[in-house]
Amino acid sequence: MNLAIFGLVTHGITLQQGVDLAYLVAAIGFILGLKQLSSPRSARKGNSTAAVGMAIALVASLFVLHPSTTKVVLILIAVAIGTVVGAVSARKVAMTAIPQMVAAFNGVGGAAAALVSIDEYMHVTIGAPGTVSILAVVFSVVVGSVSFAGSIIAFLKLQELMSGTPITYPGQRVVNGILVLGILALVVYLVAIGASVLALGVLLVISLVLGLAFVLPIGGADMPVVISMLNAFTGVAVAASGFAIGNTGLIVGGTLVGASGTLLTKMMSDSMGRSLGNVLFAAVGKPVAGVGESHDGSTDTRSYRSGNPEDIGVLLAYSKKVVIVPGYGLAVAQAQHVAKELALTLEQRGIEVHYAIHPVAGRMPGHMNVLLAEADVPYEQLKEMDAINDDFQFTDVVLVVGANDVVNPAAREVKDSPIYGMPILNADRAKNIIFLKRSMRPGFAGIDNPLMYDAKTIMLFGDAKDSLTKLVAAVKAA
Amino acid sequence: MSNELIGYLTTFVLAAFVGFEVISKVPTVLHTPLMSGSNAIHGIILVGAIAIEMRAHGPLQLSVGFVAVLLATINVVGGFVVTDRMLEMFKPRPKASESGDTAP
Repeated sequence: MNLAIFGLVTHGITLQQGVDLAYLVAAIGFILGLKQLSSPRSARKGNSTAAVGMAIALVASLFVLHPSTTKVVLILIAVAIGTVVGAVSARKVAMTAIPQMVAAFNGVGGAAAALVSIDEYMHVTIGAPGTVSILAVVFSVVVGSVSFAGSIIAFLKLQELMSGTPITYPGQRVVNGILVLGILALVVYLVAIGASVLALGVLLVISLVLGLAFVLPIGGADMPVVISMLNAFTGVAVAASGFAIGNTGLIVGGTLVGASGTLLTKMMSDSMGRSLGNVLFAAVGKPVAGVGESHDGSTDTRSYRSGNPEDIGVLLAYSKKVVIVPGYGLAVAQAQHVAKELALTLEQRGIEVHYAIHPVAGRMPGHMNVLLAEADVPYEQLKEMDAINDDFQFTDVVLVVGANDVVNPAAREVKDSPIYGMPILNADRAKNIIFLKRSMRPGFAGIDNPLMYDAKTIMLFGDAKDSLTKLVAAVKAA
Repeated sequence: MSNELIGYLTTFVLAAFVGFEVISKVPTVLHTPLMSGSNAIHGIILVGAIAIEMRAHGPLQLSVGFVAVLLATINVVGGFVVTDRMLEMFKPRPKASESGDTAP
């Protein structure tokens, strides 16, 4: 590192100061990276900028270490394993599973922050002097653990290893309130009264339980917002660890994520037309009494139309304007390529085809764009909600493929619907609506969709990929 | 209150303001990549994890440090790699025959 150029060496710079300067450079990398990540043109560069900042901070931090062969070897082993696990899982994960992957990476970060602070606590209690602030330690342990445990639940819900429906029980808020009070009491004890590894252990356990209990009542469809918030939590926990062990790099990096993550969380809930409080505490997606129990059609008295691919193929072949509304079901069935084939077939007949992308289609904002880009769907055919909503009334056929809540008119009309106020695609204004779905069951958010029972709607049951393949054949035959 | 602590507090408060200001009006398609990218940034905890491992005494602290380094590395590496994958869609469209994937 050519510090002499800046005249720094001549003024006598200690190793620690050099490292702190490197953290400053890293911080600039993080800030520029976040800035670039906020705009489509520079987003990819932004990720690299932040990664370069990270590399600088990591390399610099190695300089202040007192070499000890065993420990260096241990660190190298841990870094090697972590690199392989992180890189391979990030590379191999299916595009559809990316949201839960982010949750997992966030969770391990939160756990690491808590562990660093726990270690600092043990270090201090065995009598070594430290720059420790006990408050920072306990704060980091609490927030890091909540983030870790909450991320596990988010992961399990998105991976569908547990039900995406909100898990609620009587007195839930009281229980969560008691957990919070217990944490506060232990924090006061640890800060004001004194060192107790046992008390810290109990604090750790209660925090983990709070993390689980806090995310359980939140519906699977709201997980993106939760993950974003837990991401901000981990940032704050990392910053607190920075206070605890006296490291500016951690303070800057953690705080940047905490602040920008908080703002991003708000933006995400805004784009769903909901307040953050509603997302976190309303248990949206819990079947409402009298509505939720009858979705299999067995006791539901409402009638719906189901059609066969041949008839729908003819309908499509003789329309002028078709809009495809892709949802998570399309992604799960890996049907994006067939959807594109259908679009091409229709275009060859001179039919205008667009894809209507709801801001929260898929499982995360922007998820659907990624999946369709993967299938090489031309970017110009993807229409954002605001750009296409006024066109639906001139549309002959809307093909809803594996989506549900994003076209649910209840969000516009039914005041007591849990998604009331969420902006939706106005698919109900089109002349014909085709739902490609496996069954009449409600979507991921578990909310009844009256559009499926609309007189203009035809249900085409089956796997999205199968149905689309049959439609392609039917259009070609028409 | 030590000078050090005041320095840390200053850093913290300024970083918080920068964090709020630096992202403004993010298009929805970038919400997820931005979250994932900032997720990778808090992997800076790896710096702290390495520091505590280096000064660890005894098997308990050594193990705690080891696990912290391992988890933090997963956070950093996985975070940046998965973000890059998401952002591949924003690269200029490859011309007809050119293959899209460039090795990192």
